[in-house]
Amino acid sequence: MTIQFNDETFRDDYSFYNSDWAIKRFPFPFHEDSYMYAVNMEQHRGGPEGSVYEKRFDVDEHYVSEMRDRAMVLADDPLRCQSLPHMTLAGWDLLELIMVSKSEDYPDLFELHRDGNQWRWVNKPLGIDDTFTFLDETTLPYGPMEYITRQTQGDFCVLDQRDDMLWMDAGMVTTQADWSLDFDIGMNFFEWHAPVPLAHEKGIFKRALKFLLNIQQGAPARRLNWTMTVNPLLDTSPENYHIWGIQKTTLTPENIGSKQHLRVELQTFFRLPRSNALVFPIRCYLCSFQDLMTMPKWGRRLHRVVRDLPVELATYKGFIDNRPMMLDYLSQFDDGLPTSPGVWPDQETEPPLQK
Amino acid sequence: MSAAPQKAKPGGQQIPVVVSAVVPLNDLVTRFEFQCRDGGAFPPFSGGAHTVVEMKDGDLTRLNPYSLMSDPADSSTYAISVRREDGGRGGSLFMHQRVKQGDEMMISYPVNLFSLDLRAKKHIFFAGGIGITPFMAMIAQLERSNGNWELHYACRTESLGTYVDVLSYKYPNKVHIYYDDQNQAIPLEDLLDGQPLGTNAYVCGPKGMIDWVHAAASAAGWPDAQVHSEEFLKPEPGREFEVRLCKSGKTITVGENESLLEAIERAGVEAPFLCRGGACGQCETDVVKADGEFVHRDHWLDDDQHASGEKIMPCVSRFLGTLELDR
Ligand code: HEM
Ligand code: FES
Repeated sequence: MTIQFNDETFRDDYSFYNSDWAIKRFPFPFHEDSYMYAVNMEQHRGGPEGSVYEKRFDVDEHYVSEMRDRAMVLADDPLRCQSLPHMTLAGWDLLELIMVSKSEDYPDLFELHRDGNQWRWVNKPLGIDDTFTFLDETTLPYGPMEYITRQTQGDFCVLDQRDDMLWMDAGMVTTQADWSLDFDIGMNFFEWHAPVPLAHEKGIFKRALKFLLNIQQGAPARRLNWTMTVNPLLDTSPENYHIWGIQKTTLTPENIGSKQHLRVELQTFFRLPRSNALVFPIRCYLCSFQDLMTMPKWGRRLHRVVRDLPVELATYKGFIDNRPMMLDYLSQFDDGLPTSPGVWPDQETEPPLQK
Repeated sequence: MSAAPQKAKPGGQQIPVVVSAVVPLNDLVTRFEFQCRDGGAFPPFSGGAHTVVEMKDGDLTRLNPYSLMSDPADSSTYAISVRREDGGRGGSLFMHQRVKQGDEMMISYPVNLFSLDLRAKKHIFFAGGIGITPFMAMIAQLERSNGNWELHYACRTESLGTYVDVLSYKYPNKVHIYYDDQNQAIPLEDLLDGQPLGTNAYVCGPKGMIDWVHAAASAAGWPDAQVHSEEFLKPEPGREFEVRLCKSGKTITVGENESLLEAIERAGVEAPFLCRGGACGQCETDVVKADGEFVHRDHWLDDDQHASGEKIMPCVSRFLGTLELDR
């Protein structure tokens, strides 16, 4: 299908919106009526047609506007994109992975023509048509990682693998859930995860690291993570907390349905061939509560998950103060009926709200 | 998550290949070159990576890891060099005696457990015998990026000096050869002394050599993280033992000449693996009950885990007695 790109903003007037198509394919993250951290990894080898899991790098209606927002963030704060000197090869690996994937998965939007190391890249939605020499940095306007991630939705952490450990040695991070690349750069897997509650005690990070160290070329993996965001903001960074933190206090019973967003990250993991580094794309999807409530199953389930979430998690995810107001709103959509297993909305089979 | 659950194939993705050349190099070592069966390009790889070659030997499927030794920038061909082990379990003999140009085989995607530290200002390589193979690819990779490296390569005799000729010809100032039968030895202590800060050392060869380099580097004050080694263990023969596989409800006997992993696979039970050499951790299996003595041989579990008796790496480790596994 051809994608109709939205003209929208993720700041100031927040004109961001989801079409019916986008709501239906929203990666609702709860497969049951409760939630706890787990080593929830699975293979990233496609998924149902039209779902966000189908392609290696999902492109949707927000693409063009998200890239415009990224350019604005970078103009204000260039440190959102960093790459330590030994990570340049990994940057080329990433550029190749994305260009090959997108041109194969979306041939009507992206083209890659290769003649030895002479490459031509055509990105139709962004109006780009560049010719360059693969592995020669002087032929691109930015470093390879920055060049390609200015054209790809989602944040990117590029991890060097040494001594059975992953190191955050490069990244493009402008749509993050309250963490900072500038702070985490050079840290290892346990160091950057230090602020996360409960998961260390449960041994989750030890097992997750073993899994990641073993991710092989040609066998990518994925998992979901989620949090809450007031207003459809992509850039919820510590650097800009003074701007968005205060917006959490603007929630009222009247505006919560449109202002409060469930923020879901589709996280994927790919081994990079030339550098043996690992890339961790973190793709952010936003959906307002009122749009989520159009799916009866999601309405029932979201209420139960938010209600029963441990205090530590609600605090870490930054919505403990607003939880009572959220529950007042969400409880209207929970009639106590059972929900079907799995993440899908099951519109045809789940009964409408009985209230 | 349960978006579209799929089971990982044990051993990871495979590539269908055709043997494009078989090149004997000396009395013991032969090079095998592969091309993609569909005529396409191989995935790029990083120096130090290996591939697991699947050999169909009658009813038996052998899976042996070999370092990729071709130039990582050449996506048309992968090459491995195999030393014939007359007393081994038969994988290398199969390659030498049965594999011919034009044969179709399956090999795994590249896996790297021995990669270059790309931060290093200088790389110093120590190779012993067939341990030269991963360095062939690393050298090609570093030459392309103007990396700073040198190689110290110990061989038994001149006639068994695999790739000595090409290496010495192409890089006369960087390659140093030592022949055992001429009583030449790598001057390890001197070499480790006085390297520029940020040098990384890599060793691949017999176990004795690996231990020697680690010990000498440590004595010379090198940080462990700057000394890298790769040793593929081979499953060793041992006494026959019996294993109960709880999940699949089967009882199997592990023969003298097969590994526990091979016996599990022979029983038709799927078990994860990657390197089949005790290094990657993929085959880690929970022990339910153990009546007897473990023979742990892997590099993956730590000493405490070995002592606990709760885990075993079936690709290389064995048991004396009877064992019950969560598989
Ligand atoms: C190498 C890939 C990964 C990177 C770069 C990464 C990075 C991060 C970062 C930067 C944070 C925010 C920490 C903070 O508060 O400052 C985080 C949170 C977290 N990470 Fe990871 N992570 C990775 C893989 C994983 C994996 C495989 C798991 C699997 C269990 C995991 C589980 C979590 C959890 C549970 C949180 C807390 C999230 C929340 O409640 O919102 N991470 N990660
Ligand atoms: S398969 Fe790699 S450790 Fe057993």
